[in-house]
Amino acid sequence: MLTGAQRRQGLAAGAASLTAIALFVVLPVTALLSTAPASSSQGGFFDGYTASLLRFTLLQAGLSTFLSILLAVPVALALARRPAFPLRIWIVRLMAVPMGLPVLIGALGLIGIFGRQGLFNRLLAFAGVEQPVSIYGLSGILIAHVFFNLPLACRLMLSGLERLPGEYWRLSASLGMRPLAIFRFIEGPALARVIPGAAGLVFMLCATSFTLVLVLGGGPAATTLEVAIYQSLRFDFNPARAVALALLQIGLTAVVLFIISRLPPADIAGVGEGRASRRFDGRSLLARFYDAGIIAAATLFLVLPLGAVVVAGLKADLLKLITMPAFRQAAFTSLAIAISAGLLAILVSLGIIAARAAIADMRHPPRPLKAFSAALSGMSSLVLLVPPVVLGTGWFLLIRPHADVTRAAPLLIAAINMLMALPFVMRVLAPAFETHAARTGRLGASLGLSGFSRFRLIDWPVLARPLMMALSFAMALSLGDLGAVALFGSQELTTLPYLVYSRLGSYRTNDADGLALILGVICLALTALGTAGHRRQT
Amino acid sequence: MTPSDTSYAAVEFHDVRLSLGTARFHFDCRIETGHIIAVTGPSGAGKSTLLNLVAGFETPDSGRVLLSGKDMSGVHPGQRPLSLVFQDNNLFAHLDLFTNIGLGIHPALKLSPGDRRAVSDALQRVGLAGYETRKPGTLSGGERQRAAFARALVRKRPLLLLDEPFAALDPALRLSMADLLLDLHRESRNTILIVTHDRDEVARLADCVLSVENGTIHP
Repeated sequence: MLTGAQRRQGLAAGAASLTAIALFVVLPVTALLSTAPASSSQGGFFDGYTASLLRFTLLQAGLSTFLSILLAVPVALALARRPAFPLRIWIVRLMAVPMGLPVLIGALGLIGIFGRQGLFNRLLAFAGVEQPVSIYGLSGILIAHVFFNLPLACRLMLSGLERLPGEYWRLSASLGMRPLAIFRFIEGPALARVIPGAAGLVFMLCATSFTLVLVLGGGPAATTLEVAIYQSLRFDFNPARAVALALLQIGLTAVVLFIISRLPPADIAGVGEGRASRRFDGRSLLARFYDAGIIAAATLFLVLPLGAVVVAGLKADLLKLITMPAFRQAAFTSLAIAISAGLLAILVSLGIIAARAAIADMRHPPRPLKAFSAALSGMSSLVLLVPPVVLGTGWFLLIRPHADVTRAAPLLIAAINMLMALPFVMRVLAPAFETHAARTGRLGASLGLSGFSRFRLIDWPVLARPLMMALSFAMALSLGDLGAVALFGSQELTTLPYLVYSRLGSYRTNDADGLALILGVICLALTALGTAGHRRQT
Repeated sequence: MTPSDTSYAAVEFHDVRLSLGTARFHFDCRIETGHIIAVTGPSGAGKSTLLNLVAGFETPDSGRVLLSGKDMSGVHPGQRPLSLVFQDNNLFAHLDLFTNIGLGIHPALKLSPGDRRAVSDALQRVGLAGYETRKPGTLSGGERQRAAFARALVRKRPLLLLDEPFAALDPALRLSMADLLLDLHRESRNTILIVTHDRDEVARLADCVLSVENGTIHP
């Protein structure tokens, strides 16, 4: 029900979005590729060091995935078995927190609990265990990856279990099925449908995780490709190595993405929001204690590091911190970058949505337009294919011969953050716009509404909410990101996470703790804004 | 069923009271063995709650539910002498028909060769011969309900609870399903409690009607 002009505008907007993203991603990759042969002729494109990096990247990602999934299974089963568990809805919401928490802040919290002076090791010492658990190196990376990904895997599994029809539980009770039979015939198959998708997602996140490995990984023995790219550019100043590693990283993510695309998708919608069915199993005292223990342990594992951030943060002189010029400078830069990234992400998404709507509106779209529509849908995968550090490396190579990289850095960071936020923004906006068009398209067209009056009377009142949600979610992502700014940050260009990281590096941990608390609260508030309405919609 | 059972009513509600949220229920009645009883009434009146109390999915706040003369207080749903058929989702969608029906004989699927034959016989009896390896998703709605009946057959329980079993089927199919149910009833001489909205179904199937209104049985 679009006029010819509207359709042309939509297609043009989509083409503009596609071109902008393609240029921004393809240009640096081309730059990387054109530099690559030179580096390989220098010898050692794939030397022992690179091989060990690749091995460690895969090892830590594989172990992290295995542990996250394995430990999430009992938690998801226990939560699914107890739809009336005290504070259950808050425990499920707590599991969404690591997703909105800046990774650096989570790492600080984990150091607070599992560090040498942390609660956990003091408990171990009290219990007479000589060897403390190390939060640095492989064990630390694993603890941190489990902290961030167990909740995600658990929510995916819980959503799979809650989707089972309520009749299943009544039937299993009526047939007299014992816990083992229920697991074998009902819970197990439900989990088996979710786990491949969840494991693929977690593996992807762990294989490309940057900040955690940067903070917790130590030395060449515990370094991943992403961190090695950063180090070779930032410290060794060896662009050739950075290029080689970046290409290897793209190859790795391409393989992982391809495998994920073959797996059934994992869906998380509406988890824990009262859809759980009544259960008739697990009524014995022992079963209750077991489930309560599992849920309590998982909750503590998530709450304690968050609590550590709050406790450590409150010890700092917060008033002094927020009045110091370095903070105000960083906060201003962060905010400017976050707002630009958020608005850009929305603008690009709107272009993609408009073009897809224009193509969907045609009864028989010509073949090239169908391909165009598919390209628009595949956009988010392209974004995942090239991790931020790799993008940054490519742009660094492109700009360096012609201009000062520092001057272009804020723009680059904003653009990289925009790309990172794009899949999430699309997930909020696309369904909202599609429902809105389906509801009002014909009526609006029959009344002849168009232009500004249509926007003011029909579109804005409905779409303002999803737009604000998308903006706040994108801003939260950008505000908490250390990956993009790590490459370009300097005395002149400091964002809040960068400030936290550099204070941490100069052993001013007290300042870092205070700043982390402020940043964490801001990001979680924005994430809550960005997801609150989404929950009500589904 | 042993002959001594016939001296007891199939189901007895002794002054059973239950409140769920703001809804209050009070049932006191006796259902004789070997009949088909239609449970009717407006939606929300308590028909499903009545069935849930019999099946053991709800526990009375006070009063007692007796099945074949035995007090069911504290008896787990799996230990009660009954079979269930719901309107939908009677079969585990990811398991084939053999497994779905076999679970009715042994809840951990430990089946003797005789049990395996019983599953195939039951499938044949409901008109699904040779469907052992089919998944529920490949069947029509009517076929899925037939499979649910096959499971009730192999369970050989004296009481069958049906919660609007034909509501999702078209009228012609309802007729043939009702005939099948009658056949099975005559063979096994079980007691059947069936919740239904369909007047024709009540007339065709039921020996008597239990009318539930406002959470209690209407005389």
